[in-house]
Amino acid sequence: MNELSASSRITYRAVMVRPSVAHRIRGLSDRTLAWLFITPTIVLLLAINIFPLLWTIYLSFTNYRANRANVPTIWLGADWYQSILTDPDIWAAMQVTAHFVIWTVVIETVLGFGLAYLIDKKFRGHGIWTTIILLPMMLSPAVVGNFWTFLYQPQIGLFNYVVAFFTGRAASSFQMLGDVTLSPWAIVIVDAWMWTPYVMLICLAGLRSIPDYIYEAAEVDRASKWRQFWSITLPMALPFIMLAVLFRGIENFKMFDMVNLLTGGGPGSTTEVASITLKRAAFESWRTGYSSAFAIILFVTVFGLANIYVKALNKVKSR
Amino acid sequence: MKRTTKTLVVACGAVAAAFGVGAGTTPAQAQGKTITLCWAAWDPANALVELSKDFTAKSGIGMKFEFVPWTNYADRFLNELNSHGSLCDLIIGDSQWIGGAAENGQYVKLNDFFKKEGISMDDYMPATVVGYSEWPKNTPNYWALPAMGDAVGWTYRKDWFARPDVQKDFKAKYGREIGVPKTLDELKDIAQFFQGREIDGKKVYGASIYTERGSEGITMGVSNYLYDYGFKYDDPKKPYAMDGFVNSANAVKGLEAYKELYKCCTPPGASNSYMSEGLDAFKSGQVALQMNFFAFFPGLYKDPNVGGDKIGFFVNPAGPAAQATQLGGQGISVVSYSKNQPEALQYIKWFSGGDVQKKWWALGGYSCAKSVLNDPSFPSSAPFAKEFLQSMGMVVDFWAEPSYAQLLQAEQKRVHDYVVADKGTAQEALDGLVKDWKAIFKEEGKKF
Repeated sequence: MNELSASSRITYRAVMVRPSVAHRIRGLSDRTLAWLFITPTIVLLLAINIFPLLWTIYLSFTNYRANRANVPTIWLGADWYQSILTDPDIWAAMQVTAHFVIWTVVIETVLGFGLAYLIDKKFRGHGIWTTIILLPMMLSPAVVGNFWTFLYQPQIGLFNYVVAFFTGRAASSFQMLGDVTLSPWAIVIVDAWMWTPYVMLICLAGLRSIPDYIYEAAEVDRASKWRQFWSITLPMALPFIMLAVLFRGIENFKMFDMVNLLTGGGPGSTTEVASITLKRAAFESWRTGYSSAFAIILFVTVFGLANIYVKALNKVKSR
Repeated sequence: MKRTTKTLVVACGAVAAAFGVGAGTTPAQAQGKTITLCWAAWDPANALVELSKDFTAKSGIGMKFEFVPWTNYADRFLNELNSHGSLCDLIIGDSQWIGGAAENGQYVKLNDFFKKEGISMDDYMPATVVGYSEWPKNTPNYWALPAMGDAVGWTYRKDWFARPDVQKDFKAKYGREIGVPKTLDELKDIAQFFQGREIDGKKVYGASIYTERGSEGITMGVSNYLYDYGFKYDDPKKPYAMDGFVNSANAVKGLEAYKELYKCCTPPGASNSYMSEGLDAFKSGQVALQMNFFAFFPGLYKDPNVGGDKIGFFVNPAGPAAQATQLGGQGISVVSYSKNQPEALQYIKWFSGGDVQKKWWALGGYSCAKSVLNDPSFPSSAPFAKEFLQSMGMVVDFWAEPSYAQLLQAEQKRVHDYVVADKGTAQEALDGLVKDWKAIFKEEGKKF
């Protein structure tokens, strides 16, 4: 042993130690090992997700204000919930949100699937087109909000000039962001522009997952392209389309950044989606209890709707 | 050999650090005494950086600055104060914050300090003391030193007004000479006259006014009309009694007049304009008139395209009931959570000095000190100095209650809904505002 070199000694020690550690780990049950591995994750989850959620639920029953921590907290019961659910302004914000969510999801799904269908045909240069189409979703919503503000500018904005070119109207005769009728559509257009590629990607994955032999069998049976689309393509891609709808629906229900940058909720409250109302109550008015109750209502709404939707999705998948 | 090199490098580093060698290092920073001043990112802030170099030179205390654009200014710094953050040792906070900051213990009360250092509020313009320093209002409880006087004023294109064709056409249309408007009706006439007119082959518009929805813009704009038409926040004899004051028949007319101005005479796409949009519109030669805070006027006067002889300034014109203007500006306060309060107080003491106040004005800041403003040479010291002085004598401020943010949001929504989004009538908007404000005050436990 004394004649061993330094490196050999280290190796030897490692060999001596390894069986004992291995033995100790081997002594733990699978269950204990599993707990050992997932405990850090559970602790993190509890600390940054579950605790804040429970705390928010508690605050939603109180008069607590984050900017007046010294004021005694009073238990209000369900007062905030009652006042929110009977507040016409809140319902107006929910209507704005519903308009935004429904139209963006419909447009993005139709366009996204259409684009995926075209890209799936693998025409010449489809790779470049895919990259070009994907560009908008790679941008930050803050950047998108800012530059669309310029595009919509009535005097210098490209959007107005394009519309003017096709309609013959003067470019400065209408304002997308300042008009009560047009502004809800202005935010829908920007969201559709940005997120249609995302839906396209998911649909493309769905289309590429359909085995070729099914189409070959259909060809043998002399099924028309139209019939193939309705009987093979659409049903088999449907779970993917539904997944894209779910993702976009949830995401747009809590949309804030882009709308805030484009319109700030205006003109008036025309584009004030629920998340803007919530932000104003929570971080401008500092009505922490009130905004906690509103956040819980939004959470339950999204959670409930998403659950119903996931059940429908599972049904489609199991067919 | 390697060890020798390493020792040399460490030794050189230590010597360099000891002598404060390095870019931007000041003697004070070398001593480790540096304080942070928080404010909005705008022209006067640059003047303050310049001015504060004298403080560092005199006291050896280094200065760091945290400037945030106006659109995020309130969000950013109120978050900082509410979370008991110690980023800011000194804060130049908006006048409306004073109630909340005082009641929530976010600002250091300065009465004892003022007394000890011989700083008297009698040395400052009364409106600025009430607006920027006192809480409760009109009581000798001071939470800030008036730092940056400001109010809403107007700029106009002097060169356009001087054009013979403009003068001729205006006289033909309105039967009087074109000139600085004395009343809001005259202002509207001028704005209407320029709306859509061609000047040097370019289509121009009447006026840029505040219409911003997100923070405080439209409230800061519409107030200039409401005050002039007789709007009052509450019954002077019965605090918080708002019925018939906020929604009086005259106030309704004021709101209608503001909407008329917005509809008839603003550039396309001006549905969300505040300070920077106004500056852009004026600097790019789009508008004949611009509503904006005096703080921007030194910069505008220096502008190579629209400044100098081309620009003129005037105070908010009179309405049927009064002539008033919206107070802007801020006081400088010491943040309670600061770990450098002695140094921050030292800065306030230095800033209150007569010479410093004179230099502050000379650099582009707006002093609130009587020694500067009452100097006989002041009105002629800048092309807008006389108007500033006049405006500071007729300012009115928004609520400065602890719940000011909620009160502000309610007005933003009600007014924007009516003026920009065409929702309801002016009477409904102001009645709704009274309802909202009552609910907020009720939640606050106020009796009215």
